[in-house]
Amino acid sequence: MGTHKMLTGNYAAAYGAKLARVEVTPVYPITPQTHIMEKMAEFIENGELDAEFVSVESEHSALAVAIAAQATGARSFTATSAQGLLYMHENLFVASGLRLPIVMVLVNRALGAPNSIYPDLSDSLDQRDTGWIQVYVENAQEAHDMVVQAYRIAEDKRVLLPMAICFEGIIISHYMEPVEILDQEKVDNFLMPYLPEHVILDPDRPMSVGQIVMDDSYYMEYRYQQQEAMDRAKEVIQEVDEAFGQSFGRYYGGLLSTEMMEDAEVALLTLGSLASTARAVVNHLRNEDGISIGLVKLRMVRPFPDQELSELLSDTKVVVVLERDVSIGAGGIVYTELCRSLNGRNGPHLINYILGLGGRDVTFEDIKDIALLSCSERHTTTIDNPIRWYQVRGL
Amino acid sequence: MRTLAETLPKEELFHSGHPLCPGCPGGMMLRWITKTLGKNSICSMAATCMALPAMVYPHSLEIPCLYIAMAPSPAGITGVSAAIKILKRKGRIPADRKISVFALAGDGSAGDIGMASLSGAAERNDDGIFFCFDNEAYMNTGIQRSSSTPRFSWTTSTIKGKPEKKKDLPRIMAAHDIPYVATVSVAYPDDFVRKLEKARDMEPGFKYLHVHSPCPTGWRFPESKTIEIARLAVETGLWILYEVDHGSLKVNFRPEKRRPIEDYLRPQGRFRELSQKDIQSIQDRIDNRWRDMRN
Repeated sequence: MGTHKMLTGNYAAAYGAKLARVEVTPVYPITPQTHIMEKMAEFIENGELDAEFVSVESEHSALAVAIAAQATGARSFTATSAQGLLYMHENLFVASGLRLPIVMVLVNRALGAPNSIYPDLSDSLDQRDTGWIQVYVENAQEAHDMVVQAYRIAEDKRVLLPMAICFEGIIISHYMEPVEILDQEKVDNFLMPYLPEHVILDPDRPMSVGQIVMDDSYYMEYRYQQQEAMDRAKEVIQEVDEAFGQSFGRYYGGLLSTEMMEDAEVALLTLGSLASTARAVVNHLRNEDGISIGLVKLRMVRPFPDQELSELLSDTKVVVVLERDVSIGAGGIVYTELCRSLNGRNGPHLINYILGLGGRDVTFEDIKDIALLSCSERHTTTIDNPIRWYQVRGL
Repeated sequence: MRTLAETLPKEELFHSGHPLCPGCPGGMMLRWITKTLGKNSICSMAATCMALPAMVYPHSLEIPCLYIAMAPSPAGITGVSAAIKILKRKGRIPADRKISVFALAGDGSAGDIGMASLSGAAERNDDGIFFCFDNEAYMNTGIQRSSSTPRFSWTTSTIKGKPEKKKDLPRIMAAHDIPYVATVSVAYPDDFVRKLEKARDMEPGFKYLHVHSPCPTGWRFPESKTIEIARLAVETGLWILYEVDHGSLKVNFRPEKRRPIEDYLRPQGRFRELSQKDIQSIQDRIDNRWRDMRN
């Protein structure tokens, strides 16, 4: 058994990194991530963790230092939010292109302008094409557990891709929850040290890492191998979820998890902290009103569970995607991804609610209203205005 | 006195057949660096002409090299040296093994896009040697102006000559109070290698070497004249060979009588349009700088 503590999401994630025995942690402060940086500095300063803490001068360098350290054979960890993430954007491609299993916590924050420290998932979803595995978690415990799992997934020889653990700033990062801190000895059995063979800056085995390839060289093959690795990551994610459950007693479902989806006519599909609220709504509507409704909590956005979702939703009449993000000019990002997943199938009607941007509160009643309205649409032949902005002021 | 050819190791870690331009001094410089630092080294590479012989498939040095992006070659020093430290503590790298970490960057990378990264690594005094290969413009992309391009110089983005002065990067680096800052020239290999050996053998920390590197392609002079031009820069007093060792400044070469700057400017096509007034203003600057350097 681990020990129980009241922790914020940020501290829970930092404890996870400590248990994973990360070796180099370059970090730059940005609200709402900063507590992770502070906690890592404290662990290292106190001697609780043997690692190199590097206080870099920018997020661009934070990820560059992580890349260089990981390429030298050290397990690296960093964290950021919003503008900081975009500032390091080019290096995200470098980390995945070099096949370096760096783990980073992304505390979701709205992107300026206008400037806000409250959440909007658009910052990390915007990075979905960079070749990183992305998991979205709904509470501090899941953040803690997933940092540990992430190293095992990312470092698996079938994968070797960097991984991001994403959660909403303030809502998850700053509020305290009871968290079971995993037992170090059990984590050590679950997660082996990082001993790379594929990419290593070792004078005994000189290697050019990050080569320039000319037009008819191997650029396409590099990219294809990343795609293959991302495909293989799906089964590794499931395996690691299973192994984690056996060791620590918590199963998360891997790519996604479901609630009352057997025979559900309407499905609420969401991610992050909204999943907790939506779960309560689904339980309420099922138990109190006998409505045929279920929940799909999307965990992995990369790799996106295309096959799994299209099988899961084949008999569902309406899928309502609730999300705290938007791709201006297209709709919610998860909704557009789901459209791609279900492409060409005679599947369910899809409705998209964009809500809670900039940390606007999304209550039980809000999701219940949306759910009931969507239930009334399950017998229509076509859905009007499938992309809906929820409760925008002044409309 | 023994020559460099006699004292440097015979083993080549940098091979012929590289894709640098004819007359580029980079090839010589890479040989001096790889021979002086030896096999037990790791290189962090910026986007620079020097990346061509090391990073363009299938060329490589016999030293591990990492290319991240244009700006963060100093952060590469930081990451590699941090990893070496922790891996030594954990016994995955033998504690007594000396590995030299160095970065190669051009003037655009060091002084423009990577300035924050360079200043950050210097301020943290991370362990490595940073080479700024100063050919005074963005040469790899086709001769565009950088902050290190000298005043009045033609480039493809300053076709009437650059109005602004050259940024004095070595002085900025010296202001970081790092263990060692030195200016070197490709025309003075003994001075180059002596300073590099000094940096190599110093205690851990950030060392900065700024290499004045004439570029026949961008400066518009015949490719046989590279060393001549480099030497003229020193003999006219334009490029001062000095070192700042733990804060103490020493000028390593004082020409007995400085040659007129016109001797340096005239052979270079990039200065073709200079008026007598422009040339005089450069001469005045040099004379003033040396007055400051008198002691």
